[in-house]
Amino acid sequence: MLEIKNLHVAIEDKKILNGLTLTVNDGEVAAIMGPNGSGKSTLSYVIAGKPDYDILDGEILLNGVNVLDMEAHERAAAGLFLAFQYPLEIPGVTTMTFLKSAMNAQRKSRGEDELPVAEFMKRVKAASDRLGIAQDMLRRGLNVGFSGGEKKRMEILQMALLEPQFCILDETDSGLDIDALKIVSEGVNVLRDSKRSFLVITHYQRLLNYFVPDTVHVMAHGQVVKTGGKELALELEASGYADYKTLAA
Amino acid sequence: MSAVTIIRSKTEQAILALFAKHKDQLQGQGSFGSQRAKAFASFEQTGLPHRRIEAWHYTDLRSLLREAPPLAAKPASHVVQRAAEKNWSTDQIDATRLMLVNGFYDESISSFTMPQGVKVTDVYKALSDPSSKNFHDHIGQATQSSDPLIELNTAFMNGGVVIEIASGTKLDKPLELRCLVEGIDPVSMHARILVIAGDDTEFTLIESHQGPDALSYQVNNVVELFLGNNAHVHHVRLNQSGNYAVDLSTLAAVVGAETSFNTFHMVNKPGIARHQVFVKMQGEGAHLSVNGVNMLNGTQHADTTLAIDHAAPACTSRELFKTILDAQATGVFQGKIMVKQIAQKTDGKMMSQAVLLSDDAKMNNKPELEIFADDVVCGHGATCGALDEDLLFYLMARGLPKAEAEALMLAAFAGEAIETVENEDLRAILEAVVGDWLGQRAHHVE
Ligand SMILES: Nc1ncnc2c1ncn2[C@@H]1O[C@H](COP(=O)(O)OP(=O)(O)OP(=O)(O)O)[C@@H](O)[C@H]1O
Ligand SMILES: [Mg+2]
Repeated sequence: MLEIKNLHVAIEDKKILNGLTLTVNDGEVAAIMGPNGSGKSTLSYVIAGKPDYDILDGEILLNGVNVLDMEAHERAAAGLFLAFQYPLEIPGVTTMTFLKSAMNAQRKSRGEDELPVAEFMKRVKAASDRLGIAQDMLRRGLNVGFSGGEKKRMEILQMALLEPQFCILDETDSGLDIDALKIVSEGVNVLRDSKRSFLVITHYQRLLNYFVPDTVHVMAHGQVVKTGGKELALELEASGYADYKTLAA
Repeated sequence: MSAVTIIRSKTEQAILALFAKHKDQLQGQGSFGSQRAKAFASFEQTGLPHRRIEAWHYTDLRSLLREAPPLAAKPASHVVQRAAEKNWSTDQIDATRLMLVNGFYDESISSFTMPQGVKVTDVYKALSDPSSKNFHDHIGQATQSSDPLIELNTAFMNGGVVIEIASGTKLDKPLELRCLVEGIDPVSMHARILVIAGDDTEFTLIESHQGPDALSYQVNNVVELFLGNNAHVHHVRLNQSGNYAVDLSTLAAVVGAETSFNTFHMVNKPGIARHQVFVKMQGEGAHLSVNGVNMLNGTQHADTTLAIDHAAPACTSRELFKTILDAQATGVFQGKIMVKQIAQKTDGKMMSQAVLLSDDAKMNNKPELEIFADDVVCGHGATCGALDEDLLFYLMARGLPKAEAEALMLAAFAGEAIETVENEDLRAILEAVVGDWLGQRAHHVE
């Protein structure tokens, strides 16, 4: 369970999050929608532990533990995962090397042994097949020269292999073509279980047809201004954010 | 005429005293003696190079060299015995080995037989043997510039090796020159290595250097390479001199027509290092590739100085240097590409990239172009900065602790230069040296 309580965050003296409060229960899929610049990516970065932000007030509890005191890699080991809105390119580090380093680093911090190479290869093969990722891509530099959609699939591949407990998907759907959207949604759906929660940031109701949320939250001006069921996404699609832009101001 | 009093540093005075003491005992008194005297006179006039000399602005030897240790003597047999037992990073490579101990070639611990087409002569003997014609004809001919390190080497040279590779010789195993410093007292060494390779030769030359830690010894080696036409030559220099060592080295090469020469240099340990590469592209259509990785920590100082002389048409040259600097380390890259008027259709590209891991580390980049031909493509670039914070966060968000994330990025950074080394086994060794350096660093950071 993730609980965000009265979170106030600024960057370079600019206030972005203004007392945001949100709870996502175990097994829950929560969608966040909201206008450009309302602070959705900022929220995802703050949860994941990006160091640039000033946390002015509030707390973020993962299973009752305040993660704000942890470094990014400790949060990852604790089960947090962020699929980036804009995945970064890392020249010279092959995707394979990266996946192996990440999986073993997390295992190590949990006191587990390194994964045997054969087992690692087997898991990568299974997960990449499911997401329609060709093996030769895994031998290239991470995300280097990948298309927008390929980068998004690669994020989900990492998520599938790292088996996090709490997944944040920041606009994973944007940049995916219609077929890819189905494949990726399917890949995410199989990860759904009663212990694993998702926070899905999206602009488009379409994703939520494939990956059906339990709750939908509307974010504006760095706050959650409305919470509802999956029908709220449909309402927003019809009416837009005009009402909410003034609401919190 | 007014008398000018030259003010000499303590080290310079000590070097003068060393020459006075040894000049009559060094090998090759007769004809070579006058070459020595001339070289030393030239050094005497300039003294140790210092920051007001442009080429030495960032590596002020006058202030960096605190002492002039005695010249190394020819090693005694028990020293040679110990030398034979050393482990090297290159041990798993199947190579023909030539061993230099304290600057002197030792046949007894070198490979028993040389491959066909390869002739090896001990410089110690050649110096006083007029019949070693190739040695006497080639010494000092790979570069015209009066470089202070070469002058000092010529003045004090007493050992080294001449490797002659006959035209048409293609070696399937690399030649490895192992330069070991062994002993407990600080010494200085000025070995000279000549490689004279004929037309259509193909070989890989590895130069490995190691010596004891916590010993302030000084090395000033000069390698002269004469490459004929249509040769394919790979050279890798791995400098693992001791952590208090001063390691000065010069590689001077003359490259023939249609010949490709690829040289790679790595520094990870010595306190002070300068590696000079002077290449003259003498024949048409030659290809040169000069690359390297320097990894520096503590108060290390490492300088890479290149002068690439395009003296013939249609040659290409590529340089890629990577420097990783931590703590209070200082890095220097000076790269000069000169294109003579005759050298039309020259294609030259040079790049120096540095990563600073600490606020106190410092990198000095000085790329230069000097072009006298009009139909050329030449470019150079230099970058210097910290590791990308956003990339670090991306890796950490996947569970990598900071030091590990940095190590992954740095290995990739260095890897780009290591990629230029053709021999796969050598690449693996260089990658392992990088890995060890990063591992030790991560250990400090944690
Ligand atoms: N480094 C920064 N310095 C100043 N302002 C910033 C910085 N990073 C983000 N912001 C601002 O914070 C606000 C929130 O940005 P954020 O990326 O969180 O929005 P978002 O809701 O994810 O938008 P989108 O839907 O376009 O992805 C924006 O106004 C943005 O310009
Ligand atoms: Mg965003």
